[in-house]
Amino acid sequence: MPESRTSIEIRNVYKLFGPYPDRFIEAVRDSGMNKAELLERHNHVLGLSNVSLDIEAGHIQVIMGLSGSGKSTLIRHINRLIEPTAGEVIVGGTDVRALSPSELRAFRRTSAAMVFQKFALLPHRTVLGNVVFGLEIRGVPREAQMETARRWIDRVGLAGFEDKYPSQLSGGMQQRVGLARALANDAPILLMDEAFSALDPLIRLDMQAILLDLQAEVRKTVVFITHDLDEALKIGDRVAIMQDGELVQQGRPEDIVLSPATAYVEDFVRHVNRGRVVKLSALARPESGAPAALRLPAALPLADAALRLVEARLSFADVTDGNGAVVGRVDLDDVVRTLARSTGETAGSNGPPARLAG
Amino acid sequence: MSFFDGFPVMEADTLTALKKAIDGGFRAFTREFGATVEDFFLPLRSFLIFVERLLVTTPWPVVLLVIAGLVYLASRSLRLVAGAVVALMAIGYFGMWEDTMRTLAMIVVATLMSVAIGIPLGILMAWSARARAVLLPVLDVMQTMPSFVYLIPVVMLLGIGKVPGLIAVVIYAAPPIIRLTNLGIRLVDKDVLEAADAFGASAWQKLGKVQLPLALPTIMAGINQTIMAALSMVVVASMIGVQGLGQPVLKAIANQYFTLGVFNGFAIVGIAIIFDRTSQAFGRRLQKHREAEHA
Repeated sequence: MPESRTSIEIRNVYKLFGPYPDRFIEAVRDSGMNKAELLERHNHVLGLSNVSLDIEAGHIQVIMGLSGSGKSTLIRHINRLIEPTAGEVIVGGTDVRALSPSELRAFRRTSAAMVFQKFALLPHRTVLGNVVFGLEIRGVPREAQMETARRWIDRVGLAGFEDKYPSQLSGGMQQRVGLARALANDAPILLMDEAFSALDPLIRLDMQAILLDLQAEVRKTVVFITHDLDEALKIGDRVAIMQDGELVQQGRPEDIVLSPATAYVEDFVRHVNRGRVVKLSALARPESGAPAALRLPAALPLADAALRLVEARLSFADVTDGNGAVVGRVDLDDVVRTLARSTGETAGSNGPPARLAG
Repeated sequence: MSFFDGFPVMEADTLTALKKAIDGGFRAFTREFGATVEDFFLPLRSFLIFVERLLVTTPWPVVLLVIAGLVYLASRSLRLVAGAVVALMAIGYFGMWEDTMRTLAMIVVATLMSVAIGIPLGILMAWSARARAVLLPVLDVMQTMPSFVYLIPVVMLLGIGKVPGLIAVVIYAAPPIIRLTNLGIRLVDKDVLEAADAFGASAWQKLGKVQLPLALPTIMAGINQTIMAALSMVVVASMIGVQGLGQPVLKAIANQYFTLGVFNGFAIVGIAIIFDRTSQAFGRRLQKHREAEHA
């Protein structure tokens, strides 16, 4: 399957909730009124404040934040389930705000499929009936619907359950149906709103593995919402962190972990196991001198790299890319220093834990 | 202090004039449009007569067999079928078969009409707050206004007979299905509706694929209530010339024929129970998907 070429640009998006958002948007945008003031003086809620985010085609963009941080509001701007008060949302070159009602329906049918936290399956339909839903809406011939649906049911591991009703399935299986329903639409964009948050931890790990496995195959533009930092770092090619309707930091998972932009993000990442999240590539410096005795892949987590270096009784190694070419060098000192800093700082801190229930 | 002694009443002359003016106006309307209104209901009359004739002239074993078959198809319960057959045979044995068939025809047509009017109105109420604001008080009036009161203008317009009787029955029987269709659609899970939106469903697709199927159990409860309401109007409708089980009851009341009243009363109860159990069993069967195997 070809890699999705549909990128998403979110530019200066504001969302005010309340009866008269247009009346106060200028106060917020131009005079810098903050969330608390807006609520107190005008009884409007600032859902999103000047959010800009470029989401690369064919990658997984995670948006992370606590409940009420605006992450679910933001993802609903991409398929315009929520209208922005101001700003632009451009998906694959199309200004989503400018679409007419019928164009918007066509866009939702073909360009962006969605997976929901509470599954949102049709209780009166079987697994097969649920998975064909999007294709039915699009008016795909019945034969083709069935064929596509069966293929995806099979792919998410639900073969044999086609004729079961959602109430007869466990939560994890229901969400597989939700995932199959979204994938059957073959849209270039996959929107996942806390898709795994309602699942038990073990099932959640299972679903994360399924998603990463599928993504390696289908290469869609995935927007994944979560309140779980471990999940965000594991799944995301890019991670954006939201707080009170604002985007406080965005970057690669190791950027977030190694250089948190604010105290808020720092509180989040304090308890993260850097040895597993940070890859060797983050520490590689330009190579100098003779080749090292050990070569390690750039994608190796720091903890594993440290172990390999210690076992080999070496103080440095060359870093190689996917093709085996040397791209840089790392020192054991740097690796240990990076690993140690994370544990050193957590002692005696009162910040919130990295994983928060939502 | 005469103000406090009695409620300040409108002048008697003015009140009489007002009543006269309204009565006169309505009478003029009746004279002017009575025939037109009657013509408008002509197809309905033909349909009602057709159903009635079908039930009365078809040999009783055939009718019994068809009813038993319908009960089985709806409920898949042999116990219920046996109960229905026994009840109908008892009704026939006590000499009330023909009256029962006439009442059955009336109930069937009144229910079909209530559903045909009620489900679209219920959908309209669920979709539009304005429609709901207008319809809710109308439904209140339809359900609480004593039926004799709206029989007056109906009889003035259409005279005595089947069609005015049918209209009176539908006025009383339609509100439950309207209310419960509205309620059922409003109770549909917002998350599922959002999913339908996210997949680009149009308003009609949402109605047909999500809202109506999910509201079906509630709508079925409404149809059940509508049938019961229609049956409870049988005696009232017989006052304006509707034939069936109501007329013997009316005669029994007037002449204090205790047994006649009881027999026909139980016949009405009998078909009410058959309708009720069958439609409820059908409604339950529609909800099979709700029986969870996993808790």
